Amino acid sequence: MAEFLVKNGFVYDPVLGINGDMVDVAVRNGKMVDASDVGTNATVIDAKGMTVMAAGVDIHAHIAGPKVNVGRNFRPEDKLFNATPGKGVMRMGGGHSVPTVLRTAYTYAKMGYGFALEAAMPPLLARHTHEEMRDTPIIDEGALPVFGNNWFVLEYLKNNEIENTAAYIAWLLRMTKGFGIKNVNPGGTEAWGWGLNCETIHDVVPYFDITPAQIIKGLIEANEYLGLPHCMHMHGNSLGQPGNYGITLETLKLAEGYKPKGDFGRDQVLHNTHLQFHSYGGESYTSKGFASASKEIMNYVNSVDNITFDTGIVTLDETTTMTADGPFEHHLSHMNNLKWVNSDVELETAAGIVPFIYGKNTFIAVAQWAVGVELALMAKDPMRCFITTDAPNAGPLYRYPRVWKWLMSLKARDALLEDAKYGDKVRNACYIGELDKEISLYELAMMTRAGCAKALGLSHMFGSLKPGLEGDVVVYPYNPETADDPELIEQAFGNAHTLIKGGEQIVKDGEIVSNGNKRTFWVNCKTNENAQVQHDISEKFKKYYTVTENNYGVSAHHYTPNPYVIEVDATK
Amino acid sequence: MAIITLNPIQKPSLLLEADNIKPDVFAGKSLDEIKALHVFMGTDQLTLGEFFEVSGDSGATAADTKIVIDGDISRVKYIGMKMTAGEVVVNGSTDMYAGAWMQGGKLTVNGDVDAFSGLAMTGGELIVNGNAGNYLGAAYRGDWRGMRGGVIRVSGNGGSDIGTFMRGGEIIIGGDVDVHVGTHAEGGKIVVKGDAKSRVGGQMVKGEIYVFGDIEVMMPGYQYRKDVDLEVDGVSGRFALYEGDMGERHPKKKGVTIYGQLYMKY
Ligand SMILES: [Zn+2]
Repeated sequence: MAEFLVKNGFVYDPVLGINGDMVDVAVRNGKMVDASDVGTNATVIDAKGMTVMAAGVDIHAHIAGPKVNVGRNFRPEDKLFNATPGKGVMRMGGGHSVPTVLRTAYTYAKMGYGFALEAAMPPLLARHTHEEMRDTPIIDEGALPVFGNNWFVLEYLKNNEIENTAAYIAWLLRMTKGFGIKNVNPGGTEAWGWGLNCETIHDVVPYFDITPAQIIKGLIEANEYLGLPHCMHMHGNSLGQPGNYGITLETLKLAEGYKPKGDFGRDQVLHNTHLQFHSYGGESYTSKGFASASKEIMNYVNSVDNITFDTGIVTLDETTTMTADGPFEHHLSHMNNLKWVNSDVELETAAGIVPFIYGKNTFIAVAQWAVGVELALMAKDPMRCFITTDAPNAGPLYRYPRVWKWLMSLKARDALLEDAKYGDKVRNACYIGELDKEISLYELAMMTRAGCAKALGLSHMFGSLKPGLEGDVVVYPYNPETADDPELIEQAFGNAHTLIKGGEQIVKDGEIVSNGNKRTFWVNCKTNENAQVQHDISEKFKKYYTVTENNYGVSAHHYTPNPYVIEVDATK
Repeated sequence: MAIITLNPIQKPSLLLEADNIKPDVFAGKSLDEIKALHVFMGTDQLTLGEFFEVSGDSGATAADTKIVIDGDISRVKYIGMKMTAGEVVVNGSTDMYAGAWMQGGKLTVNGDVDAFSGLAMTGGELIVNGNAGNYLGAAYRGDWRGMRGGVIRVSGNGGSDIGTFMRGGEIIIGGDVDVHVGTHAEGGKIVVKGDAKSRVGGQMVKGEIYVFGDIEVMMPGYQYRKDVDLEVDGVSGRFALYEGDMGERHPKKKGVTIYGQLYMKY
C-alpha cells in the first residue's frame, strides 16, 4: 500500500499537543506512522505554507436515508441551475441543501472530512439509509437509529426495566446495523400521533403514561449498561421555542450523577445536539420578545464534565429542515406557509420536512445565528463543543467553512452584523456583541475532529495524527502566518489541497482523484439471552408491524458491502 | 437597434437546448463568435452554427440587440431564457421554456410556444401570437416562487396550470384555457378572454383572475360578493366578483382579510 510523507506544513493536533509546529506527518499501509517509518519511495506532499490536520469528523448531519430523500424528491427546485457534470472519477452531483449522495461525499472530501454520522435513522427504514450510505463514496459513515418514541422503549422504561431496554437496543443496533442511541423529542413525536406534543420533560406521553424525563434517564442508563462507543445523543423537547432554555437546562441536569462506562474513552453520558435551537430566552421571535440564553446554557455546560454538544449554527441560507420531531415541523410549516411533508413510522418514530429561508434581513434568523456562534465562543472546553449546522436544518453542509470563518474572525462577525438589517437589535437581544474571542486553529481541530472522535468513542481511529490511527490527513491551503482576510478561511477550508483517507489519496492539488474505500460503521453489541425481549419482539411484529421480522433487518451483504463492526460485550 | 437573423438550416434529430439564443449573449459578439456558441442535443454539445445560418450585426449591449429567427424552431427549447433586455422575434413556433426566467426585454413568438414558457418570469414581455402550452408563467417544479413581474400575452388558447404560484405580473389569454388557473397564487393578474374548464383559483391566497367566458366547474371555495363595472384589458363590462379560496390561509391588511378575487363577466 502507498506511503505518504506530508512535509513542511503547519500541523495542528491537540491530541499530540502540536500547535502549528512544522512537523512531518506520514502514512503507511493505511495508518499514521512516524515520519521516520516511511521509505524513500513515499509520495511526498509539500505542505509548505499550508495547514495540516487529521481528517474531520462530523458528529451530526442528515445526509442519508428516507428523510433526506423525501427532501430531494419534494424539492426539485433545490437542484435548479445547480448540477455539476461528471469529471474524471467524479460523477454528476447536484443540490444545495438536499444534495445527491455523491455531492455529499465530494463536499465532505473538499472540506477535509473522513467520517460522518447520519444523525437519525428510522429503524424500519434502515435498509434505505444503508443503501444511501453505501452509495456515498469516500467518507466512512455510521447512523444512529432513533429510540425516544419507540414503543418497546416507552413500555420498558415506564417500568424502569433498564436491562430489557438495553437488550432491545442491542438487538435493534444489530438488526439495523446502527451506531448508537438517538433520542429525538422524547415522547413528543409519539404524542404527535395523538395530535399532541411533549413540550416539557414532565409532560406525560398519551397512552404510554411516561414522561420525557424518564425516557431520557432510561436511555442514558441503557446506553451505559451496554457501554456503547457513543453516548445517548439528545435532541430535546421544545426545540426552537422562545424561552426553551429552561427545559434544556432541566434536560441536561438529568445527566447528573451518571458516568460513562465501557472501553471507548469518552467522558460524556449525554450529547446535546444542535444546542443552538435549545438555547432561547424570551417569549416570542420578535426583536422585543426574543433573547439569547446561550450564557445561561453555557454556564451550566462549562460547569460539568459529562456533557458534550454540537452547535447547529444557522448559516443564513435557504435550506431544508428535516427531523424526527414531527410536531415541530408542523409548527414550522404554519410559520412560513411553505410545503410540508409528514410521515409516521409505525411503532418507532415520525418525521417532518419543510423548506426554510433564514433571511439575513429578518431579526430572528440573525438572532439564531448569534445564539449558535455564542455557544461555541463561550465553550470553555473545545473538546466538548463541536461545530455543526445540523445540516441541513440550520444550514447546508457545504457552509461549514463559512461557519469556521465566523468563529475564527471577529471582523467577519462584525461585517455580518453590520450588513444585517437588524444587526443592532440582534446585538441587544443576544450576547454576540460582548464576545471578541476568535477560535484558534488548535481549538478548531478539537471542535471539528479530535473532540468529535473522542465523543463518538472513535479516538483510537480518528481525530489525531498519532501513529497507529487511521491514515486520514488533510492539508488546507491556509497559511496561518500570513492570512489576514477572513475570506481566506472560508476559501481554504472548503477547498482542501490534499486529503488522504485510509491511506489512499482522495484529493490531490484540490481535485478529487479517488472515490476511496468507504466503510459503514456499526456496533455489534452482545447481550445475554433475554426471553422476555425476544417474546415481545415477535409479538409486536405479529400484532403491529406491517413487515415481518424477516423483512426488517439490514441483513443482506449488499447493504453494507464494506462494514466496520465495533464489537461490544455487554454480557457481564 | 442592430439585428441578427437566424435561419434554421437543420432540423435537430433530438430536441435542441439553446439558452444561448438571447440578446444578453449575442451582444458585442461577431457572427463567428455567435456561430461558435454551444447548444446541447441530448448529451452532445454542438454549436449554434450547425443548426442556424447567422447574419446581420449584434449591438454593443443587449438592449441594442434584436434577434430574428425566421423559420420553424418547434424543436428548440429555452429561447430567450433569462433574457434581461433587447428583443427576440420568432417567426414560427418554439418548444418548451420560451422566455423562462425572463427578466426584461421583449420576446415575440409568431406561432405557438410549448410548456413552461414564461416560467418564473420577473420582468419583460412575452408575446405569443398563437397558442401556449401548459404551465405558462408558472413556478418551476417544486418552487413556491412563480411569476413575479412582466407581462405574458397569448392571442390563442392557453393550456393547463397557468400562473401556478403567481406572485406578480400579468397573464392575458385571448382564447380558452384548460384546468388549473392561478393555483396557489399570491398576487398577480390573469385574464382569460375565452372559457375556462375548472379549478380556477384553487388554493389562491391573493391576486386577481378575470374570466370573460364561462367556467365549466366553479371551485367550491369561492363566495359571491357583488357586481362591479370594470374595464379589463380594453374591454368594458359588468363582472360578478367572487372571493376565495376559502379553504386557504389569507393575510390581513389593516385588520381586513385579503382574498383572491375572481371576476366573471356577465
Ligand atoms: Zn439533526
